[in-house]
Amino acid sequence: MAVCIAVIAKENYPLYIRSVPTENELKFHYTVHTSLDVVDEKISAMGKALVDQRELYLGLLYPTEDYKVYGYVTNSRVKFVMVVDSSNTALRDNEIRSMFRKLHNSYTDIMCNPFYNPGDRIHSRAFDNMVNSMMMQVC
Amino acid sequence: MEGLTLSEAEQRYYCDLFSYCDTESTKKVASNGRVLELFRAAQLPNDVVMQIMEQCGATRLGYFGRSQFYIALKLVAVAQSGLPLRVESLNTVKDLPLPRFVMTKNEQESRHTALYSSDADNSASYSGVIPPPPGRIQVKKGSVSHDAVQQRTSTDQQESTSPVVSPQQSPPTSPHTWRKHNRHPSGGNNERPLAGPGPFWAPFSEAQPGSSTSSDPIWSGHSPPPHQENWVSFADTPPTSALLAMHPASVQDQTTVRTVASATTTNEIRRQSSSYDDPWKITDEQRQYYVNQFKTIQPDLNGFIPGSAAKEFFTKSKLPILELSHIWELSDFDKDGALTLDEFCAAFHLVVARKNGYDLPQKLPESLMPKLIDLEDSTEVGEQTGEVGYSSSPAEAPPSKSPSMPSLNQTWPELNQSSEQWETFSERSSSSQTLTQFDSNIAPADPDTAIVHPVPIRMTPSKIHMQEMELKRTGSDHANPTSPLLVKPPELPEENKMSSSVKFTPGNTVNGYSSSDSYTSDPEQIGGTVTRQRSHSGTSPDNTAPPPPPPRPHPSHSRSSSLDMNRSFSVTPGQQQAGVVAYPPAVPPRPQPSQGAGPHVHRPVDAEGLIAHTSTSPQQIPEQPNFADFSQFEAFAVSGVNKEEDDEIETHSEVLQVEKPPDSASSLRVAKADGRVEDKAPANVPTSAGKGTTPLAPPPKPIRRRLKSEDELRPEAEEHTQKTGVIAAVLASQPSIPRSVGKDKKAIQASIRRNKETNTVLARLNSELQQQLKDVLEERISLEVQLEQLRPFSHL
Repeated sequence: MAVCIAVIAKENYPLYIRSVPTENELKFHYTVHTSLDVVDEKISAMGKALVDQRELYLGLLYPTEDYKVYGYVTNSRVKFVMVVDSSNTALRDNEIRSMFRKLHNSYTDIMCNPFYNPGDRIHSRAFDNMVNSMMMQVC
Repeated sequence: MEGLTLSEAEQRYYCDLFSYCDTESTKKVASNGRVLELFRAAQLPNDVVMQIMEQCGATRLGYFGRSQFYIALKLVAVAQSGLPLRVESLNTVKDLPLPRFVMTKNEQESRHTALYSSDADNSASYSGVIPPPPGRIQVKKGSVSHDAVQQRTSTDQQESTSPVVSPQQSPPTSPHTWRKHNRHPSGGNNERPLAGPGPFWAPFSEAQPGSSTSSDPIWSGHSPPPHQENWVSFADTPPTSALLAMHPASVQDQTTVRTVASATTTNEIRRQSSSYDDPWKITDEQRQYYVNQFKTIQPDLNGFIPGSAAKEFFTKSKLPILELSHIWELSDFDKDGALTLDEFCAAFHLVVARKNGYDLPQKLPESLMPKLIDLEDSTEVGEQTGEVGYSSSPAEAPPSKSPSMPSLNQTWPELNQSSEQWETFSERSSSSQTLTQFDSNIAPADPDTAIVHPVPIRMTPSKIHMQEMELKRTGSDHANPTSPLLVKPPELPEENKMSSSVKFTPGNTVNGYSSSDSYTSDPEQIGGTVTRQRSHSGTSPDNTAPPPPPPRPHPSHSRSSSLDMNRSFSVTPGQQQAGVVAYPPAVPPRPQPSQGAGPHVHRPVDAEGLIAHTSTSPQQIPEQPNFADFSQFEAFAVSGVNKEEDDEIETHSEVLQVEKPPDSASSLRVAKADGRVEDKAPANVPTSAGKGTTPLAPPPKPIRRRLKSEDELRPEAEEHTQKTGVIAAVLASQPSIPRSVGKDKKAIQASIRRNKETNTVLARLNSELQQQLKDVLEERISLEVQLEQLRPFSHL
């Protein structure tokens, strides 16, 4: 269950950010922003020739005391960043991977929509629903 | 209140209704709101409702207790039956049908009642919504409205029982949609908006004489079986009310809803069915219209409309892009970026609905879901005609398609999941294979066609040598093992590459390069452009050869390995595999110092020479070095002193002379086996010299040393005066010198190469030992330091 999920475009501007409504939404935005550096660092470390071999899932980008940030990059340099509460220890790596996979699938579906211009903010309801299903259930 | 006696069915029914109305879960009081909705859904005039409420005592109490609720329900049934509302009638009217409410029976769908509550008011407004058939619907509905309330209710029930499918899935969506749609097509049927598939009270549907056969199939399969059965039982009760009079068929059938014989015409059925899913239901006219529009874009009805074309088309509707985007999301069922006919019709329908003010649903209504391939519900057949009203237009839907909505709903999640899986697969597949790209550097630029210039990087110049030899062989037209390669060029290119690479690898253990070399050794091109072969090596993407083992740390095997190759070839003619097999044995001979690592450039020449030799007697090739060594040994043995180039030449000349081939070969091998860095005592030399004709006598060490000295000597001045007459004697004893100068030269060069190889080997050994020595010294120093540190403490 993520606390914040963000989709960042290739040019590093956000296409979609959704946080569990808490008071610190801005903090999450900031966290996602700083995580982009780590993402870029991980991408560049792979080397140009190995783009194909680069794993899409980047894993834990960096942990803080409150939460952990996971990253995922597509081959078109669209980044998915997920902030997860650190106290949520039940989340395993493969669960995070599956969440990213679902995000990627939904993103692909959005791309298939001819009415969606790549680069626009994402306003898809289906995407929203999917993200909501992955967010922390704050009752 | 007089006591209320309820039949078992009634009891159950009322209980369910009560629990539905019991929003606060008090188990005692039904929330007023819900109850009112319920009563409204009963489609009774308001005054009747007031009467009921009064009579049941709710007005008095101010709330609906369970008993009040039950009484109210009974009164509703009474009213719906057309009987006057009397409290006394509660118990007197026998076989009263259950009160009919235009809402879905399912508790889940109780939410929907809210929607339906407004239906009655909005029914009339729908007619204008859907462009094509509205009038018709209106008319039809109007005709229906002529009928008694029962008729209407029956139609309501029909609609309510619209076969729509899987109640489990649709309900969540329809409520939303319905709430938003305040205007519902009521057509003659107040009820309506059924949209929600939901379990309908079967009895009602059964009661519908007009139940369309179309709806039958749908109903049959979709209503929850338990409910259905329950409700079916109701139908069994012999109807006494006027309403029941309409059910003669149903009574007879006694089967599920489906079997209700419909007295109404199919038109009415269609009409009713079409009114079910309003506004999501696509009527025939609409469907036809959509199909025509589809044809204007894509003539093939089974084809797709690409996303861009669809975008243009729907943009013309002047809807905001965001909504169009949402419509697309809903209608593109398979998420492929293109619209099939069904998807297109659904999208068009949504556009039309939106333009008419309907809000877009969150999920695609079942009626709009494109029919996937024959999904066989558990339901029975149901006529396909019945499905006319549904989105699966008869034109498109193959007759075999049953009301597949429920199965659609069921399969879709599976499809989704599978698509996810597929997507995951695709993700994984994105990892490209790591093609070894090592040969890019190795593309030999040697323009020489005849001579294969060994690439410096390559550890296996011998391959080139082999190629040369192959060339020679082909030229010499011998039944060499390579010839078969030539014979079957087409098959071999790969095999050769593989085999040759394999061959090379064992011999040279130069894997990275061997593979590239293998490509170069394309037999097809052996005769021709070896360079071309080489160039292929770099570009050959066909790295099918298994990654060769790490290259051996001895780059100077070329000669020996090449010779081994020769031997392997000779041993296994035409058998590349065998050649491969033969290759490994070539490894041990590595320490063949005699086979000096001559300059690569020379190698080709030597190769030629060797090839020439081998042409006559392949066996001689491997022995040549031996001979050379042997002769060298012999020369040394004879001379017992430093050798000269002349000696070497003589020895080389003696190579031809198989003076003691076996011995020399064995001695050589022994020498090689023992090949060590150790320098044999020079004392051995004299001893060996003294032995003269028994080069074998001296232990390998001396031989080794001699070789070494030979190597050392070689770079020295070529001309060395023989120191002793022994050498002269040796010379004299070498009448073979004049025999074949060319061969001598080649032999000399071969020996040079070998010696050089030996040189490098020994040099390497030397360096390694030096390194070890350094390490050991360092260790020693560190230990000493530690000892000193500890020493002071030792006194403590």
